[in-house]
Amino acid sequence: MISIKDLHKSYKMGSNSLHVLKGINFEVEEGELVAIMGSSGSGKSTLLNILGMLDLLDKGSYELDGVPIKDLNETKAANYRNKFLGFVFQSFNLINYKTALENVTLPLYYQGVKRKERDAEALKYLEDVGLKEWATHLPSELSGGQNQRVAIARALVSKPKVLLADEPTGALDSNTSKEVMALIQDINKNGKTILIVTHEEDIAKMCSRIVRLKDGVIVEDKKNKMIKAI
Amino acid sequence: MKRLFDKDTWQEIFGSIQKNKIRTIITMIGVLWGIFIYITLSGTSKGLDNGFERQFQSIASNSIFVWAQSTSLPYAGYKSERNITLKIHDADVLKKKVKDIKFIAPRIVAGVFGSPGGNIVRGTKTGTYSVYGEYPEYIKIATSKIYDGGRFINESDIKYERKVCVIGERTQLELFEEEEDPIGKFISINKINFRVVGVHKFVQGGGFGDDGDIYIPFATFKKIFNTGDDVAFFMIAANENADGIKVEKDVKATLKEIHKIDPNDERAIGGFNLGEIFRKTMNFANGLTFLSLVVGIATILAGIIGIGNILLISVKERTKEIGIRRALGATPSEVRSQIILESVFLTILSGIIGIILGALVLYGINAATIDQTDFPYTNPTVPIPYVLGALGLMVILGTLIGIIPAQRAVSIKPIDALREE
Repeated sequence: MISIKDLHKSYKMGSNSLHVLKGINFEVEEGELVAIMGSSGSGKSTLLNILGMLDLLDKGSYELDGVPIKDLNETKAANYRNKFLGFVFQSFNLINYKTALENVTLPLYYQGVKRKERDAEALKYLEDVGLKEWATHLPSELSGGQNQRVAIARALVSKPKVLLADEPTGALDSNTSKEVMALIQDINKNGKTILIVTHEEDIAKMCSRIVRLKDGVIVEDKKNKMIKAI
Repeated sequence: MKRLFDKDTWQEIFGSIQKNKIRTIITMIGVLWGIFIYITLSGTSKGLDNGFERQFQSIASNSIFVWAQSTSLPYAGYKSERNITLKIHDADVLKKKVKDIKFIAPRIVAGVFGSPGGNIVRGTKTGTYSVYGEYPEYIKIATSKIYDGGRFINESDIKYERKVCVIGERTQLELFEEEEDPIGKFISINKINFRVVGVHKFVQGGGFGDDGDIYIPFATFKKIFNTGDDVAFFMIAANENADGIKVEKDVKATLKEIHKIDPNDERAIGGFNLGEIFRKTMNFANGLTFLSLVVGIATILAGIIGIGNILLISVKERTKEIGIRRALGATPSEVRSQIILESVFLTILSGIIGIILGALVLYGINAATIDQTDFPYTNPTVPIPYVLGALGLMVILGTLIGIIPAQRAVSIKPIDALREE
């Protein structure tokens, strides 16, 4: 599903250059639930941003479901993101003046789906995450866990090939974290490929594979016996 | 373009505009004020324009007065300081020589220029009024109205030297009882009885004369006042499209020729060109219109720059939202067009409200001044092309000014936008 070869990325910091990713080789099969672990500064977020086409790679190659991701301009990247990827962020990143339903319909809006179909589709996904009754509520009227579930519904509504989650439980308490992880495991069980960036061991243990990054290189890549979240 | 007519696009725009109502309202006030000023100013100047035009209505706008004074230069054997008197047959010569004369009315008067007026008696009521000797042409040049039921001096009045008169509104008020119809009644002018045939309505305007003036046939006048063929002044109407200044010049030259005056004598023949005054006044009104246009457009411009400014701030505020939208698949052109459309929409909406408010104010001013004939202000309107032009200008400027924040929004990378907490 994902294939990365010899990936390099550095950032210019004034006159210095900060080499963040130093040659990453990495394959993800369809249906895997991968945890990318590492302390801060290990390059895990940069890797996720490149996978999410929010950032450009300096060197190496990146293939997503057989499509080489290269020569990205903003428009092309936006279309790929919309078609291939679903994002879940630590801080939910919902639009605060839109209701849960409107937030979930947004990716479909940019796909040009008609309003009625969009609403029906989004409502289905909200039901899947157990928030059908909260469809007309604003993010400020929902709890953190609920907000993250709305965000997950939004990430899934465009039927992406890969779900990218950046510290999805980072802003949640441990019980809520478990609920959200249980939801992610459910989605994975239905065949979705999911990548989670986390620094929490117990979250990583709920995944089927753990990749550890340190100083811009992969130091460990192993299968994991998935622990059920709940 | 397709996006412009998409219901969803507008729902997105309404959503983000409604999000910050106070900011939206304050933004709109800028443009609203601009267009309001524009509409009120140009309407007011149009009202003044109409008002001036109305005030000149009483006299044909291309009319000229000429009179004679004493010479200032010796000529053809005559010495300087000779008193010149215009004569009735000058009119025929003028008509023949100056082709652009449409009407010429010789007039003679007792009661102005220092001469004593006529003593008017009716029963126990008496008064002194200016008395004019008139030709029927006068009423064609000075467009005074005669009240219903009456008439002005006509040709046969002149021919038969009839003792008829047209009195003024004030004369009627002072000599007649209220509700009394003066037509057909007699008044005595210098102890000679005259039948009243009309009452003229006085309109404030150019020239002299007032609401007490009495008009009698020229032929009758010269007998009573013993003035022979003398004429106090000529009132001349030039043809519609004639150059009033040239007509005045030609008339003066002809009169100088008739009366053997040095062509360079500036004093001997006096003239007053109403058309010229009218033109100057209208130029002033046009200047006002132009000024209001400039001020109005400048104010609109300031308002629209305000919109651009606020949208720039709003883009900064919404950096994160824009980042989210782009992570979810909004292309740069979608982000750009949304912000430009917001700008245009705000501009037009506030423009329309401003136009409505401006129209209301104009309506109010009109209602307040409608009965005031002294104040030169009539029917303030803004021509539709001006309104449409302003709206068009606002769409164009709104788009242009929207490009700046839109470009700013697009230049923010989604990754940087998302990182912003």
